[in-house]
Amino acid sequence: MIEVASLTKRYGELAAIRDVSFTATSGQILGFLGPNGAGKTTTMRVITGFLPATTGTVRVDGFDVFEQSAEVRRRIGYLPENPPLYNDMTVPSYLRFVAKLKGLRRGDATVALERVLDICGLRQVQDRLLGHLSKGYRQRVGLAQALIHDPPVLILDEPTIGLDPRQIIEIRSLIRTLGGQRTVVLSTHILPEVSQVCDKVVIINDGHIVIEDQLVNLTRDRTLEDVFIEAITRDTGDVSRAGAAAEG
Amino acid sequence: MRNVFTIAGKELRSYFASPVAYVLLAAYLALAGYFFYALLLAFNQTLQIYSMMRNPEMLSRFNLNQMVIAPLLHNLAVLLIFIVPAITMRMFPEEKRSGTYELLLTSPIRVGEIVLGKFLGGLALVLLMVLLSGLFGVLLKAYGNPEVPMMLVGYLGLALMATVFLALGTLISSFTDNVVIGYVGALFALLVLYTIGWLGETVQGTSGNLIRYVSITDHFQELTKGIVDTKDLVYFATLVVVGLFLTQRSVESVRWR
Repeated sequence: MIEVASLTKRYGELAAIRDVSFTATSGQILGFLGPNGAGKTTTMRVITGFLPATTGTVRVDGFDVFEQSAEVRRRIGYLPENPPLYNDMTVPSYLRFVAKLKGLRRGDATVALERVLDICGLRQVQDRLLGHLSKGYRQRVGLAQALIHDPPVLILDEPTIGLDPRQIIEIRSLIRTLGGQRTVVLSTHILPEVSQVCDKVVIINDGHIVIEDQLVNLTRDRTLEDVFIEAITRDTGDVSRAGAAAEG
Repeated sequence: MRNVFTIAGKELRSYFASPVAYVLLAAYLALAGYFFYALLLAFNQTLQIYSMMRNPEMLSRFNLNQMVIAPLLHNLAVLLIFIVPAITMRMFPEEKRSGTYELLLTSPIRVGEIVLGKFLGGLALVLLMVLLSGLFGVLLKAYGNPEVPMMLVGYLGLALMATVFLALGTLISSFTDNVVIGYVGALFALLVLYTIGWLGETVQGTSGNLIRYVSITDHFQELTKGIVDTKDLVYFATLVVVGLFLTQRSVESVRWR
């Protein structure tokens, strides 16, 4: 469903990601793990077509993100790190606007609106202005916006950040139910989230992929924490050893 | 086109959802009313002086179009130089800051549709202003005898001028993620466009001709005299098209850097 192949993104001299490759099959929930600043957001922005890659390709449902951008964008629901909300709009007027942007007709938009209001538990805030909502509800509206056109692919950038424990549990179980029919890529640096929600794990460190495997394979005899810490330290050690070798 | 109207509708609603539209409308109309009143007083006074001198030949030369409407339209154009940037300054910076830029650019719509939509949303507000200031023309018609076609052409000129201002403001706003820079940048550009004609009066030769052609005031002046010339209409249309085209390029270039 999603094929990322040797993606590199440079900002001037600085490479935010280098030679990143991984795949997610249909119905899979992929946990995209890594320390802050590892390149998670950049990778997701490239997949959604918001940023162009310097080199490499991304295919979604067989369509190339750069060549057939419109086809890809139609198939993706994207929740950026900060939910993209207009503070002067109410919940339904905002979601209706997004539905139209995604190409839904008026009748379909109304049906879709009712559906996401229920799924994301937004009924009790549906007359409020977005600017007056709490962080948890803003995050839910962000999720509703990503779901409104019922996309086969969901890209969620740290969907549980800033939520209280109860909300985190709710959002996680929501994402769990969303998988199955959809391909979900979910970035986070919270490890239990991955163990609870995801089928597949991709760990990124310092701009490149260090692990790509099924969750069950990784956690057969160890916890995900151990796997993660080991992968990151080994990788960072490699880099500093390589640096030392270069200097010597 | 449907996408264009979606964006335009959202844009227009956001002006009226906040006090922005009302404050701008009120400021514009209050100042316009003051200009109109002052011009009428001056007109009246001059008329009285010449009546006392019993000079029918001089009196016949006075008319409302030249002494009230044309200067009023020029004043309103200057007013719009300050008001239009306040409409365009937030078009792109606000999207960039609130993260909604990511929503727009990852939706299945074209950059050109976003730009055109934002422009048309702002245009609706600006044309509403121009239309409401048409009230002064209606008042003159009710109590005096201005030449209506000439007056209408003058207002058309003001509307065209406002459209050009808006297109340039949209362009400047796409360069930045800062609202203040969006305002000052647009104000600066519009002031240059409006005052460049001052040089045209003194500079000779080809460069003088070029400056006179670029100056928006010279083209506007023709319209306030009631003269519709294709040359002037082409000038206004060119600026709008070039402004919007560059905006589209600018939004895409930020994306593909």
